[in-house]
Amino acid sequence: MQIEYRMPALGADMDSGTVVEWHVQSGSRVKRGDVVAVVETDKGAIDVEIFEDGVVAELLVQPGTKVPVGTPLALIEVESSAPSPAPAGEGGGEGSSLATSPASARERSPDGRVRAPDSSARQRISPAARIRARELGVDIGAVTGSGPDGAITREDVERAGGERPSPPPSPAKAGEGAEPSPPPSAAKAGEGAGKSMRDAIAASMSRSKREIPHYYLSLTADVTPAVDWLAAHNAAVPVTERLLFAALLVKAVALACTQEKGFSGFFREGRYEEAQAVHVGVAVAIRGGGLVAPAILDTATKPLPALMEEFRDLVARARAGRLKASELAAPTIILTSLGDSPVESVFPIIQPPQVAIVGAGAVLPRPWVHEGQLAIRQLCTLSLGADHRVTDGRLGAQFLGRIARLVAAPDSPEWRAN
Amino acid sequence: MERAELAARVLALVTEIAPDVDPGGVIAAVNFRDQFDFDSMDTLNFAIALHRELGVDVPEAEYSHLASLDKCVEYLGPKLNAG
Repeated sequence: MQIEYRMPALGADMDSGTVVEWHVQSGSRVKRGDVVAVVETDKGAIDVEIFEDGVVAELLVQPGTKVPVGTPLALIEVESSAPSPAPAGEGGGEGSSLATSPASARERSPDGRVRAPDSSARQRISPAARIRARELGVDIGAVTGSGPDGAITREDVERAGGERPSPPPSPAKAGEGAEPSPPPSAAKAGEGAGKSMRDAIAASMSRSKREIPHYYLSLTADVTPAVDWLAAHNAAVPVTERLLFAALLVKAVALACTQEKGFSGFFREGRYEEAQAVHVGVAVAIRGGGLVAPAILDTATKPLPALMEEFRDLVARARAGRLKASELAAPTIILTSLGDSPVESVFPIIQPPQVAIVGAGAVLPRPWVHEGQLAIRQLCTLSLGADHRVTDGRLGAQFLGRIARLVAAPDSPEWRAN
Repeated sequence: MERAELAARVLALVTEIAPDVDPGGVIAAVNFRDQFDFDSMDTLNFAIALHRELGVDVPEAEYSHLASLDKCVEYLGPKLNAG
């Protein structure tokens, strides 16, 4: 049977996306989790995965075409009709059941293992260059990169764009609702991605402030033991295994979510539902403006070294515009850490339909009473923005207190058990 | 390694970590953090890249020597030439 692979919703406020490139063609064998296309959204270029095993029967949308969420992008021939569960579970904004269509199906064919697209072989290109290429109608496959490791820079794209006329936009085959992206005017060049990301943040935060009755708590924690533990750990391991304080925060938030209910989940259609697995989203600032919060999946069960490795990879890909759809849709709670700024504390705003967000300010040496004496200690102010429709300050205080205790003592039995 | 060559290799690593940074626009004397928001994650990735590409192990306590292109060249030059 054939199923439709549709434009996924990567968050509550996404209504359309542009197919930038396909990684498959008619006849390609795909398996669950393969990245099949790159979609340009308000949050940058996103790798979108498929959640069925099968064979691509037909691509319905040409690269460069902007289509509404839910538009069929491709037809996939699948072999059985057993429903396949969505990945990373319940995540995402409303209606973001990702790519699964109602008739989703999966069957692992014995010889069906197809290599996932090799990301290292993929052309390296900066987000700014990718946007410029689209504006100028330049095929990035035909551009020679002059940046590090042959990466394509904006200048390369502009040079290529100057040398050849823009190809006419490919007509969409997806039927109603499909529209080719209009080429933005040259005057707006460069602000395109920043502007649309800003619009996405504005929509989400406006909705949050409009709909969610926030309460805020903060707590200053003496994290000297964690800072000392990290320094000793990082001095003893190879550079590739060094940990950041933020990784301890991520893990502490995840562990606290497994212990206190009401903070990791979604408020939808008038009721709260606790997420089955904790996926902590990490707020990543994009240079030049903007913010995304992709998730480290199953955060609570990951040992610190694995968590750190994923965290590092996630930040790198967020900044290079190479996130996966499942990562963007998944967060059940977000951590926003301003530890690299001089800011002491943050009053964080929940990203709907989530119900809580944890903030952390910079870790700074301050005077503090420690064991009855005035001492200089490393302090970090943790904060919580939470949804009053789900929890109250007393529960919030317990939750934040747990995070503080966990983060201050990364060598405690509570950590080692995980 | 010549100073200019070292500076070019360091710059290539910086723009690998921060692909949105224009290599032609980097000012050698100004801290990466002030120029393009290099944060602790970038610094860690930079230390990893230096280890991978140049074989230099920079302890966490000496990260401050990696703050700008000029500082990197000052700090890494003797290490590479001694090795």
